Amino acid sequence: MVSEIFEGLRRAIEMIISGNPAVIDATLRSLYVSGTATLLALVWSLPIGIIIGSKNFRGKRLLKGTFNALLGIPTVGLGLILYLMFSKSGPLGMFHMLYKPTAIIIGQAILITPIMVSFSANAIEAVGTEVKDLAKTLGASEAEASMAVLREALPGVTLAVIASFNRAIAELGIALMLGGNIAGLTRVLTTSIALETTRGNFELGIALTIILLLIVFSLNFAVNMLKREQT
Amino acid sequence: MKALLSLYGITKKYGEITALNGVNLEILEKDLLAIIGPNGAGKTTMLKIMAGIETPTKGKIIYKGRQITHNFDVIRRNFTMVFQKTVVFNTTVFNNVAYGLKIRGIPKNEIKSLVDEALELVKLEGYENRQAKKLSGGEQQRVALARALVLRPEMLLLDEPTANLDPKTTSIIEEVINYANRELGTTVVIATHNMFQVQKIAKKAALILNGRIIEKGTIEEIFLKPSLVMTNFAGFENVFVGNAKPTGKGTALIELGNGLEIEAAIEKSGKVTVYVRPEDVIVSKIPLESSARNVLKGRIIEVSDSGQVVRLKVDAGKVITSQITRRSFEEMKLNVGTEVFLTFKASSVHVA
Repeated sequence: MVSEIFEGLRRAIEMIISGNPAVIDATLRSLYVSGTATLLALVWSLPIGIIIGSKNFRGKRLLKGTFNALLGIPTVGLGLILYLMFSKSGPLGMFHMLYKPTAIIIGQAILITPIMVSFSANAIEAVGTEVKDLAKTLGASEAEASMAVLREALPGVTLAVIASFNRAIAELGIALMLGGNIAGLTRVLTTSIALETTRGNFELGIALTIILLLIVFSLNFAVNMLKREQT
Repeated sequence: MKALLSLYGITKKYGEITALNGVNLEILEKDLLAIIGPNGAGKTTMLKIMAGIETPTKGKIIYKGRQITHNFDVIRRNFTMVFQKTVVFNTTVFNNVAYGLKIRGIPKNEIKSLVDEALELVKLEGYENRQAKKLSGGEQQRVALARALVLRPEMLLLDEPTANLDPKTTSIIEEVINYANRELGTTVVIATHNMFQVQKIAKKAALILNGRIIEKGTIEEIFLKPSLVMTNFAGFENVFVGNAKPTGKGTALIELGNGLEIEAAIEKSGKVTVYVRPEDVIVSKIPLESSARNVLKGRIIEVSDSGQVVRLKVDAGKVITSQITRRSFEEMKLNVGTEVFLTFKASSVHVA
């Protein structure tokens, strides 16, 4: 078994170096799907994060608590709910999104929304009203002062975005249930790994896993560098 | 002199708490006004209202004869505030100081020379490219001051600008404040509970207690009637009211109550108000043999840590505050309950 693993590892590296089409296809699709999901989630999560992080309103704690509670939502659970929504007889069935990349993108965007909202709200809250007051007393308008706060919170918001992307690219449940793992259409890194492993194609599974790990690790490394820059 | 800003019946409530209660105050152009009061008296709230970053619950604000009701932009553009807790943007010193200029759309080359000038004023030449957050507390506060002054504000509002700073930084900041007021004609309002600073730099003072101004006037007026005003300073650091008896040798013994007597280098008799700078009070574990006339024995009842310096409250009959360096504090292994001796010179006792 040990020699099999080493053999698998050797052939996996060969596959990556030689540019195996299955490896490249799954990698690019994963980057595309999860990257788009991250950008999509950012569109609504950042404004929500800014509001929670900088404004006081009734129900703020409840809202924050809800997003915190949803941080660990199981991907299969969310996958099931969205599957029922997207399926032919579901309320969103008329859009025919099931088993298309769009479905995975939307699913992952929803999955990572709590991470992005919570993390960015915390980052903005940490900057505090002090920076806003400071900007104002230096002559900034309300909008300019908010920009100053956002600029101060940028490292924290970047962390939120990267953590979200990592969660999206590494999840399996949603990609499998909403995408269906169709080769050349919805097959991404995680679904390929699951499939190839059950098929006994260990070397391909290992190659894909190495790539997935490389993506996640290099992003985490970048995050750490960013953090060190800050302190 | 014309009035720059007038406050009429300003009240500020935060929920149930009334921070300011019907404050009336007129600030003339080129004034250098100190707002004195203990923590929680409403000093910061008052400055924030004057800076246009806090709206009063009730009352009128008149800026150069014009009532300001909703649009505080005009105040924000012309007045600047420096906060007690130094806030710097997480970027270079240059970008910090240039912030207000950029917002005002000043051309780049002009910004460069204005920033250089401002940094020179606070003795931070050559710091342009340093990260502001990596500077010491004193340096950060000087960046904050440069960042405010570079805008040539009509009025500079300072909230305890030298609290917890080392003496060297304090004197640089005091010099700059004086320079701005005298040479640039900047109106200055400074909130402080440092009596020494008030006497040293301010022209006028207003005393605030529980959100009300209870006394205002020129420094001479305020400090010459200590019996009336200064008794209200109970709770201020190292300000005591006592009875002076001249010794006939160029000093006076001042009875502060609770059996506490201190010697001051002034021949005075009768009721006086005295003040000792916390920095001038030396702390030791054994009595010091020195030329200093005052050696008191007491016990530490409170330790407040503020970075490079530590403030100790020592019960020696009256509570006396001493400010020492963090290094001394650690080396002497001081803590609440430690028995210590306080030593200060008769000439360190300021008598009003």
